[in-house]
Amino acid sequence: MTTNTPTQDLVGRAARDGGTLFRQWFERLSGAPERGEQSAYVFVMGSMAEILRVFDLHTVFPEINSLQTAVRRVAHEYLNVAEDYGYSPDICGYVKADVGMQLRDGHHPMGRVPKPNLAVLTNACNTYIKWSEIWERFYHIPVFTLDVPGSRSAADQTKPGDADFERDRRYVEYQIGELIALCEQVSGKRFDIDRLREVLGYTNLMSRAWRKVFEFNKHRPAPFNAITEGTIYLGVANALRGTPEGARYFEELVEEMAYKTANHIGTLHDEKYRLIFVGVPCYPIFRRFYELFAEWGGNFVNSSYLWFAAGGMDLGFEYDLTRPIESLAEGVLVSVRHAMDSMMFQHQALIDLIDPFHVDGIVYHPIKSCRTVSTGLADNRRAVMAARDVACLYIESDMMDKRVVSEAQMKNRIDAFFEGLATRKLHSA
Amino acid sequence: MAYAAGVDVGSTQTKAVVVDENEQIVGRSLIDTGANVVTAAEKSYLAALQGAGVDEEEVTYVVGTGYGRYKVTFGNSQVTEISCHARGAVRMFPGSRTVLDMGGQDTKAIRVRANGEVVDFSMNDKCAAGTGRFLQAAAFALEIPLAELGPTAMRAEKAVPISTTCTVFAESEVLSWLGKGKKIDEILLGVHRSIATRSIALLRRVGIEDEVTFTGGVTRNVGMVQVLNEALGLRMNVSEESHYMGALGAALFALDRIRSRKTPVKEGSA
Repeated sequence: MTTNTPTQDLVGRAARDGGTLFRQWFERLSGAPERGEQSAYVFVMGSMAEILRVFDLHTVFPEINSLQTAVRRVAHEYLNVAEDYGYSPDICGYVKADVGMQLRDGHHPMGRVPKPNLAVLTNACNTYIKWSEIWERFYHIPVFTLDVPGSRSAADQTKPGDADFERDRRYVEYQIGELIALCEQVSGKRFDIDRLREVLGYTNLMSRAWRKVFEFNKHRPAPFNAITEGTIYLGVANALRGTPEGARYFEELVEEMAYKTANHIGTLHDEKYRLIFVGVPCYPIFRRFYELFAEWGGNFVNSSYLWFAAGGMDLGFEYDLTRPIESLAEGVLVSVRHAMDSMMFQHQALIDLIDPFHVDGIVYHPIKSCRTVSTGLADNRRAVMAARDVACLYIESDMMDKRVVSEAQMKNRIDAFFEGLATRKLHSA
Repeated sequence: MAYAAGVDVGSTQTKAVVVDENEQIVGRSLIDTGANVVTAAEKSYLAALQGAGVDEEEVTYVVGTGYGRYKVTFGNSQVTEISCHARGAVRMFPGSRTVLDMGGQDTKAIRVRANGEVVDFSMNDKCAAGTGRFLQAAAFALEIPLAELGPTAMRAEKAVPISTTCTVFAESEVLSWLGKGKKIDEILLGVHRSIATRSIALLRRVGIEDEVTFTGGVTRNVGMVQVLNEALGLRMNVSEESHYMGALGAALFALDRIRSRKTPVKEGSA
């Protein structure tokens, strides 16, 4: 009988387990209607999963469903269905893939997406509002829009403790009360504040761990790639937010990262360049996109995607369980505003990462079908380059639509970027 | 004497340059790329060797560049045309800090340091507007040889505004102006200015820093040079070798490789 070494057991465990947990989660979603269970359609930026779990409502993430069609290389089928139905090629690819899937009666490469009983959204992305109106018309379901006040003026962020912040927090708290009443009506179940405390406690454990996971990537070589492995962790963070499985997964992830850094095990065998990724991944060629960088020894040690799409978990915000609803309102305000601000105030956050993460370059990836995350990236890049002598690459493609992804052109730009980095290293040596 | 060579396989033309150990160009060639990229690379390389009076065995290292760089089957390694144009421009004009390369299907704006390091670059994206192809479309529509485009445009006293940003639609716009009785030279001046506007937008993305060096096939168009100089408010560096700048940069990278193995080239296939 052979026994696995710690390296065999631990290294890559989170990627393997994350895939398994994600598939199991999707299977539970697929079987929900047969079991008579209800589902809420939600979004990664402000999912309100903690409230929905109290009412045993499954959380369905249409953004994740859509990106999965791209990763599985069938997005074009869904996009075509939506475009044939009348949607313009210019609008959000996530919306169109979802519409295509709804028109295909929920059939998805990972299973069957249940129809919604409720949709919950925030104003973190303006497309959320129009998107949810589509479900409202398709299914005649209640749609709850949580209005989260953004930054009050340019270059001004209010923080917990500020009078303006407290006024905004109370506004959000009042709306959470309205959401609870709606969930009681939809589910027929009474709100249980102790259950909310339990769920918030699990989210706290996940947030605490997620924060630590980021810290480990300051190590050379970095134990994980923020695009490939990071996206798996992100999937679990959203799908299993506020659950014991999610909390256990993230605690085990910390264990794996600690082991890898202690033993200098990097995700790349030969990490030559440490990079930050800004934007949404190129899902239509997800693996190849990673390889175009990895072939040069380029590793993404951090990514803005792991900030704004993680529901604020990267902040490590922890709820005060002695005043759950009040604290949830604060968390929602902080995390949703963080998602918005990580687009609006991003350049300084990136500059702050350069030294602690030993960053050689920053890769901006604006995407054709999402103006929300792409607008301002050119200015962001210019501001970063003015502040620091750091190499920046700007490549455009899409997160869904392979018609606007040109691998050859992308490779040319990526190769030139690394040639510049190599010259820089040569001259600084 | 050891020699190094660079072969720049562009979408329209293939260029080859042979340099000696002193970085002096001893041979060059320029042919149409055509449909067979591998053959074009070989023919261009052999022509440059012949012009240099150098045997193939005397060339120690060959670098391929351009969109067909991985089709330079006899090459030792590949470097992107972005790095090569920057390198060639700095070699030819050491004061170069910004490079504008206008080729058959793409236009590149490059900001470069004195040591040849590419600081930043920007290219046209999945569209040939603002490139040599735009000029070709106009030449076809107006039935004028390419070489005549620039001089004809320079005869115009005013320009017809060309509003389209699409190479395909440019042809119909040119024809519609002809139908309205506009003069050919005025239409052509409009075409040149339209391309200049797009190119300058690319340059602004990377930041325009003097000296600006103009490279690529469109440098042979005197009208384009003049229109760009006027729009930029400066005098760009242009030379007889500007068309060969990518191949020259590739040859210099090859020479680096001979001198030391520590150069930013990536060996292997695509």
